[in-house]
This record gives sequence, C-alpha cells and structure tokens, in this order.
Amino acid sequence: MSTAVSEVPDLRNTKERSTAASYDNRHKTFNRLCTGVLIAFSVLWLVPIFWALDTAVKPNAETTKIPTTWFIENPTLESFRTVLEAGDIWKWYLSSFITSTAVAAGTVLTASMAAYAISRLHFRGRNAVFFFILAGIMIPVQVLIVPLFREFDAVNLLNTYWAVILPQIPTAIAVFIFVQFFNGLPKELEEAARVDGASSWRIYRTIVMPLSRPAVSAVAIFTFVWSWNNLLWPLLVLTNPNLMTIQVGLSSQIGNYGIRYADIMASALLGGLPLLAAFLLFQRNIVEGIAGTGLKG
Amino acid sequence: MTTSTVAGSRAKTPAGPRTGQRPQRTDRSAYWMLAPFVALYVLFVIGPTIYAFILSLFNGSLVRGGLGSFAGLSNYANALQSQDFWSSVWHTLLFTILTTPPLVVLAFFFALLADRATRGRWFFRLAFFAPYVLPSAVLSLIWIWIYTPDSGLASDFLGRIGVTAPGWLGDPNWAMISVAIATVWWTLGFNFVLYLAGLQDIPRELYEAAAIDGAGPIQQIRRITIPLLNRTTTLVAILQVIASLKIFDQIYLMTQGGPNYSTRPALEYIYDESFTNMRIGYGAAVSMLFFILILIASFVWLAIVRQQGRTA
Repeated sequence: MSTAVSEVPDLRNTKERSTAASYDNRHKTFNRLCTGVLIAFSVLWLVPIFWALDTAVKPNAETTKIPTTWFIENPTLESFRTVLEAGDIWKWYLSSFITSTAVAAGTVLTASMAAYAISRLHFRGRNAVFFFILAGIMIPVQVLIVPLFREFDAVNLLNTYWAVILPQIPTAIAVFIFVQFFNGLPKELEEAARVDGASSWRIYRTIVMPLSRPAVSAVAIFTFVWSWNNLLWPLLVLTNPNLMTIQVGLSSQIGNYGIRYADIMASALLGGLPLLAAFLLFQRNIVEGIAGTGLKG
Repeated sequence: MTTSTVAGSRAKTPAGPRTGQRPQRTDRSAYWMLAPFVALYVLFVIGPTIYAFILSLFNGSLVRGGLGSFAGLSNYANALQSQDFWSSVWHTLLFTILTTPPLVVLAFFFALLADRATRGRWFFRLAFFAPYVLPSAVLSLIWIWIYTPDSGLASDFLGRIGVTAPGWLGDPNWAMISVAIATVWWTLGFNFVLYLAGLQDIPRELYEAAAIDGAGPIQQIRRITIPLLNRTTTLVAILQVIASLKIFDQIYLMTQGGPNYSTRPALEYIYDESFTNMRIGYGAAVSMLFFILILIASFVWLAIVRQQGRTA
C-alpha cells in the first residue's frame, strides 16, 4: 500500500525543473507538519487502551486513588492471573471461537456456492434469485430478533450453539461480494475444463475457489469478526453461563463493577486480545478486504 | 491489490454467463449450489421478516404460544401514539446526528494526513483501526471506567485544564454525548481505511500538474482531493447512517438506555417491549415501523448514488 507514495514521477529532468524543486520543498515541510499532527491524534487514539492496560497492572486498591494518576506504585499482573484462574474467560473464548468459526466457514461455503451459480451457471430465474438475495441486505436485525427467538424457542434450540450459529450464516452481502469477485475472474480456464468434461461442482472446487483467495479471506475474516462481536442475538439466546460468548460474558460483568477495577480492565483487555492479535496478523487482508470487496462503491 | 485485477479483467470479459456461442441449457447443479444458502436465508431472514409482519397484526405474548388475538393495525396505531416510541426514534436519530458528522469528517481529515505521511502508515492504521475490532462489551467496560465520576480519566483531564466535568453517563444531558464520543473512537478506523483506499486511487499526476500551475497544498485538497473523493464520502456517510440507525450495543451496555430512558434507542425499545414486557405483537409492529425508516434511508442512498453516477 505504501508503494503509491514512491511512484511520484521524477520531474527533475523536464523543463519545469525549478518549479518541481520548490514543489518538493514546500511539500516536504507540509508533509512533515501533517505527519506531526497525525502522530498527536493517533497517540490520543491509543490513550483509552493504554489507560485500560495501566489500570489492569495496578493492584485493585490503587485504581481508585484520587487524584487520578498514570503512575503505578506496585505494578502487578495479579489481576490477569485472577481473571484467567477464575476460568470463565476460557469458556467464553471457546464459545466465541466455536460459534464464530462455524459462522465464517458456513458463510464462505454457502455464499460462495450460491454466488458461483449466480455468476456462472445458466438457469431459469437467475436474476430473480440474485435480486431476492440482495433484498436481504436491507432487512435490519430489529425486525428479525422477535420472530427468530420464537422460531428457536419452538424447536427447543435456545441455549445451544445452533441458535447462535445458524441465523448468522445467511449473510446477503457475502453473496454479493463473491458474485462481484467471480464476475471479474477470466473464464478461459473454466471453459477449457468444461471442454474436458468437468462438472460444475468440480470447476467450482478445483478452479474457481482456489483463484478466489482474496474474496474468501475477506468474507471469512469479516463474518468471523462480526460474529465474534455480535452481542444482541447471543445475549437473547444464551443464558447458560457455560455457553456464553465473550460479548455476553463480559457484558454480564458490567453490573458487578464493585471496586475491582483492575480485574475488570484485565478481563476487558483479555476479551479484546484475540481479535487484536488476529488484526495484527491479518492487517493487510483486513484493510484490503475493506477497500477491495466492492465496498468502495 | 485485488481491486485492480478485478477491474482489469472485468473490462475484457462481460459479466454473467457467456451467451451467444451456443444456446445454453439450464444447469441443474445450479439449484443444488443455491439450495444451502437459500434454505438458510428463507429460514432465518425472509421467513422471520414475514412472521414479524404477521405477529405485528396480533396481540401476541412471549409467554403464551401462538399468535394471540387479532389486532389489525392497532399495534401500529398504539406505537405511533406512544411517546416512548417517538422518544426512542428521536434518540436513535440523535445518536446518528451526533456520530455521523465527526465520523466522516475526522476520518477524512486523518486519512488526508496519513496520505501525505511518507512513512509509519502501519502505525496510523493500527492506532485508528485497532479499536474497531474490539467487541462492544470491551469498549463499554473501558469507557465506563474512563467516564467514572471524579476519579475517571475524562473528569480528571477536564479538571486539569480547569473545566468542571459533567456527570458523563449519569447526566441525562451528557449521556448520549458521552456514548457518541466513545463510538467515534471505536468505529472511526473503518471509515479511515475506506478513505485511505479512495485517496490512493487519485492519480499522483493530478497533484503534480496542480503544483506546476502553482497550487499550494490547501488548494490541491480543495480543488482535487475533496471533489474526487465525492463517491467515497457518499459511501462512508450512508454506511455510517445505516449503522448508526441500528445502534444498540454501546447504549445498552453503557447506560441501559438511561438515565431515566433518556438514551434508549429504537432497537432497545423493541427489545424491552418484546422481551421484558413480553408484548411481542407490539414489539414486532415497532420493528416494522423502524424497518420502513431504514428502507427510506437506503432509497435516499440509491437516489444519491444514481445521481452521482449520472454526473460523473
């Protein structure tokens, strides 16, 4: 992404040599100023996270001292130990991990298959089906919670992972992203395979999907993050503490503040840690996914 | 970059299945490939939407099974006459009004600065985008702590510069503003990244040419950057409005809609009516009314995008 900056054409050999030089100078100063302002803001943006960290490594008693201070008299990891040993957070991690992975896998698989049929295969009602699916982008979660709750209640699936996972799989926007991507893939390979007698399933599995890594990773990452951060639906269907996701578990802490601020901040940080780590690992894919999957307009 | 390859190859091959060479026969496997998604989609999106509409016409209760007695449009009439309904709509709009302008303007401003920075972009991306991946419960826990009266970081900071701190989340006049500030901090990174991508699509030659004609940096931003980012701005603003209209998490977690219902948004009103008061028919009617509001917002977006497509 940073290459664009170095691609400024070299103007120095042209007639406008002197203008270009003063352009360079003026711009260097201006660019430095910009960078300075931006550094100030980005540090400001990190303050809340560092404040949480600062609080978490204080002993509980030190957190409520007045005046408020960043200074830590007795730094300790006690709070992290308390939270990890209490054990709830491990259950939450596991629940979040199981449900989000299942949602991401389910969405990638079902949405890409549907999108392949829409993008490549000839069948009656193709446009109607695509329109029907796109209409779903408009339907807000507000409308769905009450009837979905009744549906799962009726089949006795409340308080199961199924209730959390299944409704999150049919994401209309994922189909849209895959269709956009497949439409852009060259068709020559597929046509050659078809001449050799390959079935649509085989072409989907061995040609189209391997070529679609960027779309697959974008959809997988986003549905995983959305599912991981989904609060309302899991909150409604999971009341069993053993099945709670990170979001539901942490939100149950909000009432119990007490004076254990260090513990609370430690559990908040631990709750945010998996996705922060994933973000650091997949920074490129995430950023390109946002910029590149048709979201650009 | 995926975008450039997509755009490049799209120019060569027309979208959709190839037609013309030989008459195509319906490929039966298409139906099987559509089946899993469409089945889940009908069960968990379309079906529930229709069910919600039906529920909204009855006086259903969460504890009793079945639909309850037929109510016609009375649930809708009750909602439209209810002060709680209108105040929840107003809170949702207020939240949208408070968050959208800073989320668009600040994201644009930061992206503009980052575009000019020659190095350290990974750091800016990290600083602004990292909060976006945090679960809303984490964000809420951290900001409730920051907003703690007296000993909290926010009050402490204001105290240091000689300003008396408001009661933040506990003050009906400040609760929504406090939630809005936390939200701007939380989601700005997403818009920032969209803007960065938009900025990189502007050919550098334009700036070069402008500089040769004597345009300073500010003029360049006004005459080149802002007009060329028009489409990105529309997209960012509309995505933002639609996301803000669905506000639930932060308010539910940070204020529970309080103090004294002064921040309760529409989604929480639906939640309260349906699951706390168990009036699911009424809750469904409110949700349908809200759906109409979001549809209107979406159509306004479509209209704007169409118009831009025509003028571009």
